[in-house]
Amino acid sequence: MSGLEQRIHDAVHGQTQPTVTVLSSLLAVEDELGYIPKEALEFVAGFSNTTVNDVWAVASFYPNFRFEPPAEHLVEVCWGASCHLVGAMGVFKSVLEAAGLEAEGDTPDMRLTVRFNTCLGACAQAPVMSLDHHLAGRITPASAAKNVANLLEQKGHQEGHDA
Amino acid sequence: MTPSFLEVGMEAGRRWHELTAGERPWIRIGTALCGEAAGADAVVAAVESALESQGVSAQVSRVGCLGLCFAEPLLDVLLPGGHRVFYGNVDPENVPEIVSSHVSRGTPVISLALGYLAQEDSDASLPEGIPDLDRHPMRIWEHRIALRNAGNIDPMDIYQYVANGGYDALHKTLTNLTREQTLDEVKASGLRGRGGAAFPTATKWSFLAGNPAPEKYVLCNCEEGDPGAFNDKNILESDPNTLLEGIIIAGYATGASKGYIFIRHGHDGPIERGRAAVRQAQELGLLGENIMGSDFSYDVEVALTGDSYVAGEETALMEAIEGKRAMPRFRPPFPAQVGLFGKPTNINNVKTLSYVPEIISKGGAWFAGIGHDTSTGTAILCLSGSLKYTGMVEVPLGINLKDVIYEAAGGIRDGKALKLLQTGGPLGGVLGADNVDILLDFEVLRNAGAIMGSGGIIAADETTCVVDLTRSLIAFCQYESCGKCFPCRMGMSHLLEVLERICCLEGTDEDLALMRSIGENMQAGSLCGHGQLGFNPVSSALRYFGPEFDAHILDRVCPTGICSMPRYSPALSRR
Repeated sequence: MSGLEQRIHDAVHGQTQPTVTVLSSLLAVEDELGYIPKEALEFVAGFSNTTVNDVWAVASFYPNFRFEPPAEHLVEVCWGASCHLVGAMGVFKSVLEAAGLEAEGDTPDMRLTVRFNTCLGACAQAPVMSLDHHLAGRITPASAAKNVANLLEQKGHQEGHDA
Repeated sequence: MTPSFLEVGMEAGRRWHELTAGERPWIRIGTALCGEAAGADAVVAAVESALESQGVSAQVSRVGCLGLCFAEPLLDVLLPGGHRVFYGNVDPENVPEIVSSHVSRGTPVISLALGYLAQEDSDASLPEGIPDLDRHPMRIWEHRIALRNAGNIDPMDIYQYVANGGYDALHKTLTNLTREQTLDEVKASGLRGRGGAAFPTATKWSFLAGNPAPEKYVLCNCEEGDPGAFNDKNILESDPNTLLEGIIIAGYATGASKGYIFIRHGHDGPIERGRAAVRQAQELGLLGENIMGSDFSYDVEVALTGDSYVAGEETALMEAIEGKRAMPRFRPPFPAQVGLFGKPTNINNVKTLSYVPEIISKGGAWFAGIGHDTSTGTAILCLSGSLKYTGMVEVPLGINLKDVIYEAAGGIRDGKALKLLQTGGPLGGVLGADNVDILLDFEVLRNAGAIMGSGGIIAADETTCVVDLTRSLIAFCQYESCGKCFPCRMGMSHLLEVLERICCLEGTDEDLALMRSIGENMQAGSLCGHGQLGFNPVSSALRYFGPEFDAHILDRVCPTGICSMPRYSPALSRR
């Protein structure tokens, strides 16, 4: 078994909650690896006694799954209505500029992924962004750019997301 | 051997006395999502480092949200036997002074203090020179039932909940009430669902209770993907045991065998705290076999979904727990007949279930005495947008919405004027500023075209362009359409296309009629509320702000100047 396969195996078998499903197994892999490799689709299909097609149907439905290894850092800009009304678009533009991107996506050097989030859940602190899953509120375009620059100074590896 | 409830209660009392009136001061820091976003982690670190470097001994707890989110990070100090003194918008740089002066020498830092909360059981004199936090506009209107412990107790410590009367309602239920009596109490309360539909809770429960199947489920919906609503996650984060106790009582009343709390993956705070509450309740015999020595056995699990707004719809939610795509099912059969894993199922919102312990403790009639007409109890409102005081308030139903906006929330910040309120989430509607003099009541709000929904109220000031806001709401609805029903899937895309055209000042005379026709098709041809209600943002905006649409279309002018750019960023049209 390769290192990757071992990690997939351990993540799927390491689930402790009573209800284990295709979705919960995919979330466990995403937590461990930060993405869903082809090998995981196959493993979860075998584990759940279903087809790769059915697993892909679930994985492709939820936009939190990605299928390429993650960039080192993840920045999300909240674009819920609360944030939109108090300046989310300005924040987003500033984040894109700091990242050297034109739209949502990964930087070519894979140091940073930028994406929208439909609601980060801290609406009273709008506009909100998240930096490697840590929330920051009452953001301005200037503070957003500074946050991104600070994040890029850190060496880090964005491993998925432990729940 | 699990302890008896009496033993748990005695231990809880002993621990609470130690926290509040023992040897050492107690420092509490707000660490819900609002606190985290405001920098609470840095404040906790500053407190720990100041205590260590100054050699001061104190108890430190991470608590939930007091509702004053605008003042986060919020830190308070309770000297043994004294009153709580709060510091708002705490800068970590000020923490050493708070520790040396207040925690160590017992002298509050008046220049930094936000207010005090008097403690009922304290004989100490009230702090001088510091305002009473209960007189703060945001707290004056409040009547806290579901939020009674939020911000006061450590959500990771079940003993703190028990010390404040927690699980007394469950004890009363299991020792004194039959299933029918429990249902009757909830019926007498007039409680209606707080997830958006406002359906009578006891009626919903009676559907499940009447089903004789041996295996039945109670689901608690904490998906809450609505931008502008955070009260469900906040309850789970601030006082998970109130919710858990409600889920257990619901399980008893309906004869269910298992409960689920369903929440989106990635919201670590609420998930971690919900799971800790379940684990601790299991350890203390409040979940599992023969709870409190009764013949009632029941367990609860926290289940996660991926990112999907439609997963908050009751049948899509069951699909997601089963591990599939979160797409709604056909009804009938209704969940009370065929639900999760094919078993009869009842689904309630977090807030609905969180009222249940107090309803049992104080009686249904007590709850029915709060509120207005058939809207009994309180509303838990999330106030966000351009308001002076943003956060969460629990107010009696039947008070005037204008008092919530202009008094409790302090009106619009920076001296600007209110333009509109967006209520009830993206599928809700807008209310023009001239129409906010209206009672907070399920029916009154619905008739005004703005639903209560899940309790989110977003205020927009005069600089807001209604067409731009509507476009952003429809962009959300388009992105979140699950794709099962084509009138919703294609209708949302088409609506967004038309709205983007209008925002680019390139709309045509036919566009408003076109949108209405798309909206009618979505309403008629969609399985769930996403498509059925998805035209609400447009129709309510047209109802109150028709001339602003006309200005964009006929005069090619955006009155607020927001829609002047030639093209929106392509990043906005996704999928």
